[in-house]
Amino acid sequence: MSVTPSASEQGAGATLPAAHSGAAGVIMLARRSLRQHSLSSAVTMLSIALAAGLVMAVFSIRAQSRDAFLGGAGNFDAVLGAKGSKLQLVLNNVFHLESSPGNIPWSAYETVQEHPGVKFAIPYAVGDSYMGARIVGTTTDLFDKFEYRAGRKLAVQSGGRQFDMGLREAVVGAEAARRTGLTYASQFHPTHGIEQNEASHEHEEIYVVVGVLEPTGTPIDRVILIPLEGIMRMSGHILRTEDDDMYAAMPGEEIPDEVKQISAVMIGLRGPQAGLDLDEQFNKRDSGETLAFPIGAVMAELFDKLGWMVQVLGLVAILVVVVAGSAVLASIHNTINERRREFAILRALGARRSAVFSIILLESGFIAAIGAALGFVVYGGIMFVAAAVIQRQTGVVIEPWKFNPVLAWTPPGMVLLGLVAGLIPAAKAYSTDVATHLAPQT
Amino acid sequence: MSAALEIHDLKKQFRSPGGRTTLVVDVPQFEVASGTHVAVRGESGSGKTTFLNLIAGILTPDTGRILVNGIPVTGLGEADRDRLRATTIGYIFQTFNLLQGCTALENVELAMTFGRGADRDAATQLLKQVGLSAHLHHVPRQLSVGQQQRVAVARALANHPSLVLADEPTGNLDERHAQDALKLIRELCGANGAALLLVSHSPSVLERFEQVVSFSSINRAAVAQPQGVPA
Repeated sequence: MSVTPSASEQGAGATLPAAHSGAAGVIMLARRSLRQHSLSSAVTMLSIALAAGLVMAVFSIRAQSRDAFLGGAGNFDAVLGAKGSKLQLVLNNVFHLESSPGNIPWSAYETVQEHPGVKFAIPYAVGDSYMGARIVGTTTDLFDKFEYRAGRKLAVQSGGRQFDMGLREAVVGAEAARRTGLTYASQFHPTHGIEQNEASHEHEEIYVVVGVLEPTGTPIDRVILIPLEGIMRMSGHILRTEDDDMYAAMPGEEIPDEVKQISAVMIGLRGPQAGLDLDEQFNKRDSGETLAFPIGAVMAELFDKLGWMVQVLGLVAILVVVVAGSAVLASIHNTINERRREFAILRALGARRSAVFSIILLESGFIAAIGAALGFVVYGGIMFVAAAVIQRQTGVVIEPWKFNPVLAWTPPGMVLLGLVAGLIPAAKAYSTDVATHLAPQT
Repeated sequence: MSAALEIHDLKKQFRSPGGRTTLVVDVPQFEVASGTHVAVRGESGSGKTTFLNLIAGILTPDTGRILVNGIPVTGLGEADRDRLRATTIGYIFQTFNLLQGCTALENVELAMTFGRGADRDAATQLLKQVGLSAHLHHVPRQLSVGQQQRVAVARALANHPSLVLADEPTGNLDERHAQDALKLIRELCGANGAALLLVSHSPSVLERFEQVVSFSSINRAAVAQPQGVPA
């Protein structure tokens, strides 16, 4: 870029020659300074990378886990279970976390089923496991009616099939299959209880895997599905009649409805009014059951309770950003005094104040830009570890490279931060007095 | 054709932290004709550097007029004074003032980037002219002081200035190197048609010049403030 001399400020016939902006010199000097201070430049870049990675990871995980938990119930609108905490019901039956609050009678299922506003009702019986994977006794309605995402039903991987309601067969979730090693045609003994410890024992029954589910990215991936009656008939499982009489199911003998017990009923509704009706029916009266409806609201409540934690994490991330910005400021500021003479020489050579200012901004901006780019490495690292932990703990799949706006605005944000942090040292360089810093006076 | 340098009624005073003002430069009239070489004899502390900094537009005078190649330095804003330095004035310092992290070639090229544009071939050619073709990629600390001053000379001529200011350019050199450097400065200025204004207190330097003026004869402040007067 050359500058055209303006005629007004010149004497008769004398022209002030055009000069180059010195951009090439500015870039060269910024590069050289970064090289000269390579250790502090590298450390500063690293702090920017950590800050960028942390911010992106915290906001991305927050958004994705929120989406996963709030939308994790698929087309289940409500859960009916034993009297107690709605949150526990949802966590236990939708996310397969925590323990079951207890059992409810078969009649509760029938009541729900008969309600005209109920699109479908699917019974769950939980409490057993195999090698840490929870076993859910249910019906084939789960395959036919449950949509884990709009329009997406559970699908058995090719070669497999749904279980037969009358046989000891199992369909294994994708993640459960990976963790337990169960594959098509594997046989296993279910364990009593949801944890494997000294108190737990194996049931005698042998189940055969007849299918493995395609991965859904939802908590269903972590469970093993077997026929509902399988749970009721499992050796050592005692059913109770409403009069508290004990009943142990015998092979081949049909279990009377009045002794059947289940853990929960998963409910899909035709409209919200049905939910309010059921809420009236179960929650407002002294029924012995609790209806968690709507599931999203129950989870939102949980998120509100965890909100402070998320905010603390966000705050920590922001603090790291502030520290990283300060690191940029300090590392460059430290070089200014030793470079005063250099700036004075440049000015004596004809470099403008703005050129000297630009050198510093270029350095801080460059440090921030490289740091922000490295931030994606940090982000990837955090996300892969976090995704693995979250999936193991909750079955929720976090996609590390799923787009989130935070991934787009963090890098330019960090560059802006670098430039802002560079302003103070740049101003100091800008104000360098040429005559006093040039050389010893003669 | 206008003179390389014209000065009228130039005054500059400094204020000490105690509030006292000292008149450092008071030059009623001074001129350097285009393409001529003028030596100014002046002792340390006589205000020579301030005088040169005023001409270069690094400092601004309190009053007076300076024209470099017909351009009124005193009428220019800071950015234009920078531009004038970059394109029209070459400055050679006693302490060389090379950029320590840059090679000889980069030092010369860098001066070009703020002036008439970087030109690696021209920079290389200039360094060859000053006898440094084997040292293009050496940084200052790898060069002898004599070589460093030659880089500084090449840099001063990099933008084809019409006026070269040299402030005790041989002050840090031994006698032999001083004579070499002086010869080189004068040769290059001559080859470029640049006027040279050199200040020095070294008799062996001054005796080489046809035109020698005493700084005290042109700067009334230098007479008024002789050294040794208690503050």
